[in-house]
Amino acid sequence: MANSIRFFLNGQKQDVAVRPDTTVLEWLRSGPRLTGTKEGCAEGDCGACSVLLGDAGDGEIRYHAANSCIMTMGQIDGRALVTVEGLKGETLHPVQAAMAENGSSQCGFCTPGIVISLAGLAANDAAADDHAIHDALAGNLCRCTGYRPIVEAARKVVGEGGAAIPGPAVAALAALEPAAEIATSGAVFHQPQMLDDLLKLRRDRPGAVLLAGGTDLGVALADFHGDWNEVISTAHVRELRSIEETPTHLGFGAAVTWEEVLARVAPFYPSFATLIRRFGSTQIRSMGTIGGNIGTASPIGDGPPALIALGVEIELASSGDRRTMPLEDFFLDYRKTEMKPDEVIASIRIPKPAVGQEFRVYKISKRYDQDISTVCGAFSIVREGGIVRSARIAFGGMAAIPKRVPEAETALVGKSLDEDAARACAAAIRNALSPLSDWRGSAQYRLTVAANLAERFRRDLSGETVEVMAL
Amino acid sequence: MNIENPHQAKTVQRSIVGRGIAHDSAARHVAGEATYIDDMPELPGTLHAAFVLSPVAHGRLRGFDASAALAVTGVAGVWSAADVPGINDVGPVFPGEPLFAEELLDHEGRVIAVVAADSFEAAYRAARLVKLDIEELPAVVDVEAAHAAKSYVLPPQTVSEGDAAGAIAAAPHVFSGKLRMGGQDHFYLETHIAYAIPGEGGDMLVHSSTQHPTEVQHHVAHLLGLHANAVECQVRRMGGGFGGKESQSTIIAGAAALVAAKTGRPCKLRLKRRDDMAGTGKRHDYVAIWKAGTDNRGRILGLEVEYLARAGNLPDLTGAVITRTLTHTDNSYFIANAHFVGHACKTNTVSNTAFRGFGGPQGILTIEAIIDTVARELGHDPNDVRRINYYGDETGDMTPYGQKVEDNRLIEVTDAVLASAFWQERRREIDEYNAASPIIRRGLAMMPVKFGISFNLTSLNQAGALVHVYLDGSIFLNHGGTEMGQGLFVKVAQVVAEVFQVDLDMVKISSTATGKVPNTSATAASTGSDLNGMAAFKAATAIRTRMTDVAAEHFGVTQEEIVFREGRVHAGNESISFGELAKMAWAKRVQLSEAAHYATPKIHWDGKAMKGRPFFYFTYGAAVAEVAVDTLTGETRCLRADILQDVGSPLNPAIDLGQIEGAFVQGMGWLTCEELWWDGKGRLRTVGPSTYKIPGSRDVPPQFNVRILDNAPNREETIFRSKAIGEPPLMLGISVWLAIRDAIASIAGKGVAPELDAPATPENVLRAITRLEAPAEAAS
Repeated sequence: MANSIRFFLNGQKQDVAVRPDTTVLEWLRSGPRLTGTKEGCAEGDCGACSVLLGDAGDGEIRYHAANSCIMTMGQIDGRALVTVEGLKGETLHPVQAAMAENGSSQCGFCTPGIVISLAGLAANDAAADDHAIHDALAGNLCRCTGYRPIVEAARKVVGEGGAAIPGPAVAALAALEPAAEIATSGAVFHQPQMLDDLLKLRRDRPGAVLLAGGTDLGVALADFHGDWNEVISTAHVRELRSIEETPTHLGFGAAVTWEEVLARVAPFYPSFATLIRRFGSTQIRSMGTIGGNIGTASPIGDGPPALIALGVEIELASSGDRRTMPLEDFFLDYRKTEMKPDEVIASIRIPKPAVGQEFRVYKISKRYDQDISTVCGAFSIVREGGIVRSARIAFGGMAAIPKRVPEAETALVGKSLDEDAARACAAAIRNALSPLSDWRGSAQYRLTVAANLAERFRRDLSGETVEVMAL
Repeated sequence: MNIENPHQAKTVQRSIVGRGIAHDSAARHVAGEATYIDDMPELPGTLHAAFVLSPVAHGRLRGFDASAALAVTGVAGVWSAADVPGINDVGPVFPGEPLFAEELLDHEGRVIAVVAADSFEAAYRAARLVKLDIEELPAVVDVEAAHAAKSYVLPPQTVSEGDAAGAIAAAPHVFSGKLRMGGQDHFYLETHIAYAIPGEGGDMLVHSSTQHPTEVQHHVAHLLGLHANAVECQVRRMGGGFGGKESQSTIIAGAAALVAAKTGRPCKLRLKRRDDMAGTGKRHDYVAIWKAGTDNRGRILGLEVEYLARAGNLPDLTGAVITRTLTHTDNSYFIANAHFVGHACKTNTVSNTAFRGFGGPQGILTIEAIIDTVARELGHDPNDVRRINYYGDETGDMTPYGQKVEDNRLIEVTDAVLASAFWQERRREIDEYNAASPIIRRGLAMMPVKFGISFNLTSLNQAGALVHVYLDGSIFLNHGGTEMGQGLFVKVAQVVAEVFQVDLDMVKISSTATGKVPNTSATAASTGSDLNGMAAFKAATAIRTRMTDVAAEHFGVTQEEIVFREGRVHAGNESISFGELAKMAWAKRVQLSEAAHYATPKIHWDGKAMKGRPFFYFTYGAAVAEVAVDTLTGETRCLRADILQDVGSPLNPAIDLGQIEGAFVQGMGWLTCEELWWDGKGRLRTVGPSTYKIPGSRDVPPQFNVRILDNAPNREETIFRSKAIGEPPLMLGISVWLAIRDAIASIAGKGVAPELDAPATPENVLRAITRLEAPAEAAS
C-alpha cells in the first residue's frame, strides 16, 4: 500500500500525499501553483484545463490530451503529466511558437488548453490533415479567434514534421508501477491489476465508487457532489485492457478507451469510426472507456445504439459468476441495468461484418463535434441478392434507454431497400418511439428526424451523398 | 514632420502604427504565463466566496436558514441584502437594481446571498446548504406574454420619420411577418471573477474581470458606504468579455468587496460556469413584428417594425440596447417612411445585457429578413432589392433618426465582395446543383452591414490616458480602456510608440486602474481604440512637444528641425538617444508626464425625440456565405464565407483581421448552433458547454476569405484615420442565416419566402422546411 501518489510532472518525479479524489486541475493550481491550466467549465467540454498524460510502452512514451477538471489525482498515479508550463523549455515548444507568431490567441484563456491539444497532435501524428487537426481541436472551445489562426498554426507545426513532448525518460516512467492501493487523508484508491482482484474488491467494498475513465462521474466530482472516500479503478486491470481479434469478432476489455476502440473498428465499420470521432473529444476518448460508456447507461450515450445494431454481446463478471447477454438486454430503464452491485462489465464482443452487411450510424446534434446526440440512429442490414435478410435498428436519445426497434427491422426484412421499404421503416420508427422534449430537441423533431434517417440510410446505400459534412 | 493633428498623420511616414504586430501577451498566452485574476498569488487569509442563487424564476423569499452552511468547516459567514452597509443597488443606468434580492425573487439564478469560506469547495458546498423559504409565484417567461400583459421594465422607444402607415397603405405591395430571434450567452472562457483586498481605513482594492472598472469602483463604493476615492478597481486582462462584463461585473465585484469589508480578509469570488450562465445576462432575444409597403421593384416605401425585446427582470442596459436596434433597423437602406418601436419586455428571466453588437444585430437581422422576404415574394434577386434600397443619390442619405450618411461605401464593399466571391458563377453552379439534389440543398447569400460608431449616449464618448517618460527613455502607458483579448493594449501602445518613434517594447502596457485614469467609460461599443488611442496620442504628443523644445535648445536649431526616429532624436547629422533627451529634459525641470482627455466631436443625441447625430461615423462591410442544408434533418454547414470589412486605415491589421474572423464566427454561432432553452418554469437549462453549443473549429467555413478594405482612410478625424472593428463584423454572420434561407427557398421555388426562426438550429430549419411543404399545418 502506498500513501502517496507518484507520477512525473513536467519531467520531475513527484510524490504527493493528496487525497486521490482531488481533481488534477485543483491540485495543479493550488499545489505547485501551475496556473496555466484553467477552469473554463468543469465538465470536460471546453478544454481550457487540458493536460497531457503519458504512458510508457514499446520503448516510448505515448502522450494524449485529457481534461484535468474531471480527472482525479488517483488516475495519474504511475503516469507522466505535462502541463503548458512544461512544454516550454529554454524556448517555446514549436506549437507555442507557431501560435504566438500566428495571432492564434486573443483573450488567451483557452490558449494553454489548445497548445496542449495541438502538442499532443504534433507528437502523435506528423501527417495530420485538416480533419485530424479538427479532431484534435474538437475538445477545445475558443470564443475569440474564430479558430482560423489556430488551425493554421497546427498546419505549420505538422508541416514541419511535428514535435516531441518534453518529459521523463521512458525507463524512469516504466519503472514507476501504479500502486495497487493508495491511501491518503482517509481516502483509498484501489488499482487492481487482475480481474480476480477487481472482482474481490467489488464484492468486499460495496460502497466504493467503480471508476473507469471517469469522464461522466468526474463531472459530478468537479461540481462538488460528494467525496469519493473509496475508489476502485479499472484502468490497470490486465484483462479489461485487452483487445482480441478472432476471425469473426473484435473483443474489447471494458477498460479499453474509445481512442483505442476507434483504431480497431475503423477498418471494419467506417461509419462507426466516424461516430466515435464525434464522441466527446480526443480528451474524452482518451480517458473514456467502452465499458464505462455502457455501464453509465445514459439514454443519450452514443456507443450503445451503434453497438446494439451491430449485435454486440457483453460479458458481466462477478467473483462467483460470468454471464453474457445481448447488449439490448442490459438496459432496463433510465440509468438502470442488469449489472449487480458485485459485478463489472468484463468485455464487449463486436461481430465482424457479415457478407452483404451494411452498417450506418447517424448522429444528429446542434454541433457536429463534441455534442450530445439529439437523435442517434444506427442501421445494420444483411442483404442477399438485393433483398434484406436481416436487420438491426437502434436509437439513442429517443427513449429512457438506448432502444432497439424490432418493428422497424421487420419493415425491411424480405424486401429490397427501396423507397417503399424506407417509408414503411420510417412509419414503424414513428410508431414505436415516444421521445421527450428538451433543450436538444422537441419530441416532434426527434420523431421526424429518427424516421427520416430511414430514408437517409436508403440513399446512403445507393451511393448518394447524404451528409452536409461530406461536401 | 507634423503629427500634432492626427488627421494629418496619414501623410507622414509611419513605422509602428499600421503594422500587423502580434498581441502584446501572445508569448505569455501560449506559455500559460498570462495572469488572470484566478492566477494571482493569493494573500494569506484569502476567503473564497460562492453565491446562493434563487432556484425559482419567480417567488417571494420569506427567509433563509444558513445554520447548516455556517456549520461547514472553514465557512466564515453568509451575507445578504440586510448586511449591505451602503446602498444595495448596482443599476448601471437606472437605480433600483439590488445586488442581493430583498424579498422579490424575479429570476432563476437571482443572487440571494454570498457565502465565504477558506476554500472554493467549502464555499460552494456551504452555499448549497442554505435553506431557502420561498413562496413560488407564477412566472412570465415568454416575451409575447409579457407584452400582452403590458409588463415592461421601461417605457417604449420610437424612431419615426415620415408617415409609415400612410406609405404602406398606399404601396402597391404590402408584406408582413414575425421573426423570432434567440439570445446568446457570451461564453467568455473566463467566468466572472473578482478579488477584493481590504486596505487600511476601509479602503478597498478590487481586481475585477470587468470592461467597466469605473462602474465597479462606484458601485463597490456605494454598496460599502464609501466615497469613490476609497475604492480602486484594477483590470490587467479578461479572459473574454464580449459585453458580458460591461455592467454585470459589479454583481461579482460588489459581493466580493462586501465579504472583504465584513471580514477584513481578502475575498475572491469566481463563478462556476453554471452560476455564471444562470446568474448573469445575455444577448436579448427578440420578436420582431413587421409590415412593409414596397413598389414593384421592391423599393421600400414604408416600414413599420415593432420589437419585443426580452429585458429580463430589470432594465440594466436594455434601454440603450433597444436604441441601437432602432438606429440599426435601417442597416444600409434608405427608408423615407419609418416607424420603429421597441418594447423592453419584463420577464422572470435573468436581466439581459450588452453583447457585441448591442441591439444592432437584432435590427440588422430584421431588415435583412424583410428585404429577403420582399425580394422572394416579388420574385426578384435579393441582391437587386438590396441595392435599389441602399443609401445613395437615387434614394437618400438621411437615416430615420436624423443622421446623414456622409461616408457611404456600400456600393464599393458590395461590388468588391461579390467579385472576389465569384458570385455569378457560383450562383449558377449552386442552382444547378440544387436542381439535381433533392435532399442536400445549397444556398448563397450576400449582405452588407453599416454600423454606427460611438456610444448612443453622447456623454460616454470620452476617455483619458496617462503617459510617463522615465529617465532611461522607457515609457509607461495607462488608459481607461480594458483588455479582453481584442488587442486594445497593443494598438494604443503602437500609437504612443509612433508618437515617440521608439521601439514598441519601450512602451510598458499596464493594468487599467481607476486610480490612474478616472471616470472612464466601459470598453464597449467598439470605441476602445478610437477613444483611448486618441487620449494616449494627446498625452504622448504633449510630452513630445516639450521634449522637442529641449532638443531644439540643445542642438541650437528650430523645433521644426527636430526629428524623432528609431529611438533617437535628430537635428541634421547630430543625434542623441531618446533616453538621453529624457534625462536632459528632467535636468531642465521639464514635465515628462501627461494626463490627457479626449471627447468625440460632432455627436449629439436627443433621447426624447430619438433624433440626432449619435454616431461619429459609420463602418461598412459585406459578406457572402454559402451553406449546405440537409432537408431530412435540418443540419447545416457553412462551406464558404467571403468577407470585406472597412477598418479605415487600420492601426494593426493583424489584430483587426482576428477581430473580423472571431466576430463573424460568433455571429454565425448566434444564428445557427447557439440556443438558450428555458423549461416551462422559467429555468434556463442550457447552462454549460455540454448543453449550450458555441461553434467549434470544424464549424468555421473551410473556405474563409477575409479581407480588409484597402485605401479607405476614415474621413473623420479618428486616430490615424482608423475605424473601429470590435462589433461590426459580428453582423456579417447574418449572411450564413440568409444563405440557409436561400437553400430552404430553393425547395419552394419562386414567389415564396421561407419563415425561419433564429437560430437556425437543425430543428428550426426542419420546421421552416415543413412550413413550406404544409403551410396550413405549420400555421396552426
